[in-house]
Amino acid sequence: MVLEVSFAHQPAASQPAPITETPVVRIVLISAALAFLAFFLVLPLIVVFVEALRNGFDAYRSALTEPDTVSAIRLTLLVAAIAVPLNLVFGVAAAWAIAKFEFKGKAFLITLIDLPFSVSPVISGLVYVLLFGAGSVLGPWLKSYGIEVLFAVPGIVLATIFVTFPFVARELIPLMQDQGTGDEEAALSLGASGWQTFRLVTLPNIRWGLLYGVLLCNARAMGEFGAVSVVSGHVRGLTNTMPLQVEILYNEYNFAASFAVASLLALLALLTLGLKSILEFRYGDHIAGASKH
Amino acid sequence: MTATLAAAGWRPRKPSVIPGFGLTLGFTLAYLSLIVLIPLAGIVWRSAALGWPRFWAIATDERTLQALKVSFGTALVAALVNVFFGTIVAWVLVRYRFPGRRIIDAMVDLPFALPTAVAGIALTAIYAPNGWIGSLLTPLGVKIAFTPVGIVIALIFIGLPFVVRTVEPLIEEIDAEVEEAAATLGAKRLQTISRVLLPALAPAILTGFALAFARGVGEYGSVIFIAGNIPYVSEIAPLLIVIRLEEFDYAAATAIAAIMLALSFAMLLVINLIQAWSRRRFGHGA
Repeated sequence: MVLEVSFAHQPAASQPAPITETPVVRIVLISAALAFLAFFLVLPLIVVFVEALRNGFDAYRSALTEPDTVSAIRLTLLVAAIAVPLNLVFGVAAAWAIAKFEFKGKAFLITLIDLPFSVSPVISGLVYVLLFGAGSVLGPWLKSYGIEVLFAVPGIVLATIFVTFPFVARELIPLMQDQGTGDEEAALSLGASGWQTFRLVTLPNIRWGLLYGVLLCNARAMGEFGAVSVVSGHVRGLTNTMPLQVEILYNEYNFAASFAVASLLALLALLTLGLKSILEFRYGDHIAGASKH
Repeated sequence: MTATLAAAGWRPRKPSVIPGFGLTLGFTLAYLSLIVLIPLAGIVWRSAALGWPRFWAIATDERTLQALKVSFGTALVAALVNVFFGTIVAWVLVRYRFPGRRIIDAMVDLPFALPTAVAGIALTAIYAPNGWIGSLLTPLGVKIAFTPVGIVIALIFIGLPFVVRTVEPLIEEIDAEVEEAAATLGAKRLQTISRVLLPALAPAILTGFALAFARGVGEYGSVIFIAGNIPYVSEIAPLLIVIRLEEFDYAAATAIAAIMLALSFAMLLVINLIQAWSRRRFGHGA
């Protein structure tokens, strides 16, 4: 009885719920977080589009149809079209070996696969300059057969493969480890061949995780700047990708055109984020990295 | 590669009916070696070929030291800012419900998706002396772009998702019962946060810090536009590598790269140790 009375007399407002913050603290924290994100994430995004359209829509369109820009767009698409499928095949193979089998050195192998993420993009480009540059063994030898790697498209492709190397693999490895080997063993015992098992059992199991990895891989492949900048040689209309074209136009004080190209890349980033959120929302259970990226 | 593996007795530890071990592991190792390991080994090999006296001379060159100091110093400050705001952002996104939360949560990944060059020119347009915010600060005598402060701003942008995304899952995992227990035992909310919640989040916050820091040290694209690139003042180490390459001074470029690689591998090791420690201590990875 006494207890009830004492509870009844407790003023509700002065006693916050024991496991949450007071409304004032909540509002302060939410405001701090939103202000921080507005300054650092939203504002730069708005700036890109406002600056791109500063001289009107016609100027925007003519900046994007300028021949050097068009060839930069084409080269970016070409590089991604080569680099992403190669890393896709690698990612599936690596995940298959790592997730379906036990062998020594596995943890070390996973660390090595992640290596390109911890290397500065400039160094990722530099390694290929050292490998194929003038002072190397390989470069002059290939040149004698008329094959240019450095300051040409192959070098750009190689640098892009390097920086996007881990994306698909690190998405698939935890996913396939979680799924185990039961489904495959069942298929094999029912007489499916290895290839049939992969195509009809494993692939449907991992398709959303695979798509997720490819999405992130593609965004980085199209947007890579540092590594590509080192190996490209900046030949206008020939070895310029879109991010490099952004830099060149910017350094020529052609800001509106630079932001116009940048706005295409920003749209790609928004599209990537949108698709990524849809995948996480609808197929979250089928994507291992959903909470990590 | 596959043949040597088989010769060395590399077989799956547990016999398995699943086919394709040799094929997939062989391909993985071959591709990994060709694309990543052999090219990276080139840096080690080329720096070794320089000889110790020459390597040391480049490493202790005043401009190299200053560039490394700028890279590591600005990355450190940016990572600390990100730890503070990133943890608040993660907390707010997990614990509170407010309109637009989902979209904001998705936006946190923008720095992962937005090409660094685009971020670089956008941030410069904001903080340059005649820029959106810069023009408001110039009369007050505050200069952000073309100083080390500008570099810090770019690195905060780049590093933010690392902290938020490592801390978020851990906040989700915290059992409400732990907080209730603390409250029942008479802890004030602030005490619960500082004595119960923050220690549990510490490994994730440390990992996020290390990831943001490591990324910041190597960052190039978003920094070079806003930095002003004044030697000895706002010139970052990756840019110095590019400058040495353009001067065809491959030796200097390689030596600086080797130093950065050594330092970032040391950080990778630290991250792994933090995670191993947190698994032992808390039973989960950060």
